[in-house]
Amino acid sequence: MKAKTFAHGIHPPELKNLTENKAIQPMPPPDKVMIPLLQHFGKPAASLVQKGDEVLMGQKIGEGQGLFSASVHSSVSGKVLSVDPFNHPGGTPVPAVTIANNGEDNAVPDKKKMKDPFSFSPDEIREKVKEAGVVGLGGAAFPTVVKLSPPKDKPIDTVIINGCECEPLLTSDYRLMLEFPEDILKGAELARIATGAERIIVGIEDNKKKAFALFQEKIQDYTGDVVLLKTKYPEGAEKNLIQATLHREVPRGGLPFDVGIVVQNVGTAKAIWDAVSNGKPLIERAITVSGRSIAEPQNLLVRIGTPFQSVIEFCGGLKDGNILVMGGPMMGIAQWSPDVPVIKGTSGILAWDSPEPGIEQPCIRCGRCIEHCPMVLVPTQLAKYIKFDKLEEAEHWGILDCVECGSCQYICPSKIPLVHWMRLGKNRVMSVKQKKSA
Amino acid sequence: MTDKPFILQSSPHFRDKDSVPKIMFAVIASLVPAVCASLYFFRFRALLLLLTCVVACLATEAIFLWLRKKPLHPLLDGSAIITGLLLALTLPPSLSLEMAVIGSVIAIAIGKQVFGGLGYNIFNPALVGRAFLQTAFPVAMTTWIPPVAEKINTATYATPLGDLKFQDAVAQGILAPLKALFLGNTGGSLGETSALALIIGGLFLLFRRVIDWRIPLGIILSLTVFTGIFWISNPGKYASPLFHILAGGLLLGAFFMATDMVTSPITPRGTWIYATGIGIVVGLVRLFGGFPEGVMYSILFMNTFVPLLNRYTRPRILGERRKE
Repeated sequence: MKAKTFAHGIHPPELKNLTENKAIQPMPPPDKVMIPLLQHFGKPAASLVQKGDEVLMGQKIGEGQGLFSASVHSSVSGKVLSVDPFNHPGGTPVPAVTIANNGEDNAVPDKKKMKDPFSFSPDEIREKVKEAGVVGLGGAAFPTVVKLSPPKDKPIDTVIINGCECEPLLTSDYRLMLEFPEDILKGAELARIATGAERIIVGIEDNKKKAFALFQEKIQDYTGDVVLLKTKYPEGAEKNLIQATLHREVPRGGLPFDVGIVVQNVGTAKAIWDAVSNGKPLIERAITVSGRSIAEPQNLLVRIGTPFQSVIEFCGGLKDGNILVMGGPMMGIAQWSPDVPVIKGTSGILAWDSPEPGIEQPCIRCGRCIEHCPMVLVPTQLAKYIKFDKLEEAEHWGILDCVECGSCQYICPSKIPLVHWMRLGKNRVMSVKQKKSA
Repeated sequence: MTDKPFILQSSPHFRDKDSVPKIMFAVIASLVPAVCASLYFFRFRALLLLLTCVVACLATEAIFLWLRKKPLHPLLDGSAIITGLLLALTLPPSLSLEMAVIGSVIAIAIGKQVFGGLGYNIFNPALVGRAFLQTAFPVAMTTWIPPVAEKINTATYATPLGDLKFQDAVAQGILAPLKALFLGNTGGSLGETSALALIIGGLFLLFRRVIDWRIPLGIILSLTVFTGIFWISNPGKYASPLFHILAGGLLLGAFFMATDMVTSPITPRGTWIYATGIGIVVGLVRLFGGFPEGVMYSILFMNTFVPLLNRYTRPRILGERRKE
């Protein structure tokens, strides 16, 4: 079978061998969890608890505000110590609920006996997913209920399950696919029902042949298919995944809805199943703890709110290492301290010794950034427009289409911080637009 | 736990190992066959000219960096060495060393540093130097000596393209044989005579993905079509496309000069237009112009269009509607 792929992209070192054969281990919950009220794309949740309250495991402690928001739940049982701004792996402190774990994991009692999950209506599925605070677990943490609510005028035909995990080092999605294939497919089926789609397509990169074979077997019980994709970065970027699997192009500025598609990450699919089948809120997630500076790299099931420090210590601590990243090496966020909590969007905690960044040289216009940009942009030109504040040109040349995948900066022989300029440019262009519309 | 703070940087945190100096030294390596060919055919003259140009280019670069109060590390990036090598390879073997020095100074000073150094120049620096020499010393720049391998004892000697232009070589039947052009056993500039050596170096650059394959392909294709039309219509008067590809500086230009990243377009469509333009202008000059050879002027001419081409050939962004 020939692997499908998209145009352009890069081949960074994969380095997945550190953890790919290690099963997901549950990590014991720490003594104290710090659960930020903003762990998703959108508005922060409103706190439902105060200092001194006793909370149960799975109890809702933050209520999502509006559509683009998500509720948060306690990942342990115990006493609320504070509701104050706390370090956040996103960079800026965010109000967080700190809970002292009483070690008993007293869960919220089941309200009633669940009926067959597949008999739920689309609205019921959405309600349960929303109630459980499920967000996209691939990294962007977009509220899942939004993705399960296509507008009436945009019929959906396919749910794509993203099993690419194209970021180097990360293996937790791979392990989920090997260990919970049924849950993932059941979650995908629920997403299919919720969106009114006809079929499920699971996209898996060809460096995960075992998962591919397993899913080919399991998919038989569903209406759908498994597609083998080339191991290339960013194969799992939503728009490129759609391009690779179905040869459809999401229009500029549009969403997968516009071409009849909904994409869910494998971890999210499992979370949908957990939420709908037994009402389990999103209070833990699978993460990869890896990199050359982690003593014992592992795949872990970690409670939301666990400090990075505890996770790293559980993995034998740090040996040297001058960089600590949440997420993958290509799109992850560098951390200044391990004193930040695991959030819903934490796909990995990585540490290694990063070589000194080389001296930035002038652009020699080699065109490699253009040759590798998965969105077919001209990064070097965009960077120049932003440097000289030519925002209209930058917009025309597609600055807002940039997905910040980092392919351009990875490949740039002049070591120009292109993604930095893209981010700055996107911000500037957006703020000018907002001013105009205001 | 370590005591030193973690690095804070914006993603991506992985970087490819290729760098500007690595690219430049790959280009230098690719010129080795052509340099060897020039040493074989023109011996000591070639060695002197090559050394003179490289040293003069490096010295000019150093002086200008110092005058501009810039750090001196760009000296090590290899780009000035390339300019020196390329300039030398375009010079007639008999050119005096003073003239070679003047050409080198102009190449780096006017061709590169006044624009702001590496990455900012509009024209290929080596060709700027050569164009200056051509204008300042027209006789010296068009006086040719036979390659050492050829046992001819004549004071003056012509290039195959010179014969074609001024001696009506096709009709007279004195056109240089293709085999000589391929191996390099003809008159001409230091590095342009051996098509074989240039092709080896060019293939290396293509394989190493340093140069854009569209440029040599576009130039060769458009020149083939252009000269082919005339050749088919009157083979008794016009030379074949293969002759035009192998003769003169076409391959040197197509693989090593037109492909200069800084002075060629960055967009794929712009690159096609640029390469096609070079091929056609070369054909126009060779067939109808006053000079026997037009590679240098055609590249410099198309260099001027590069900013414009970049501006108007933005690639179609993923998801952008195709123009109907």
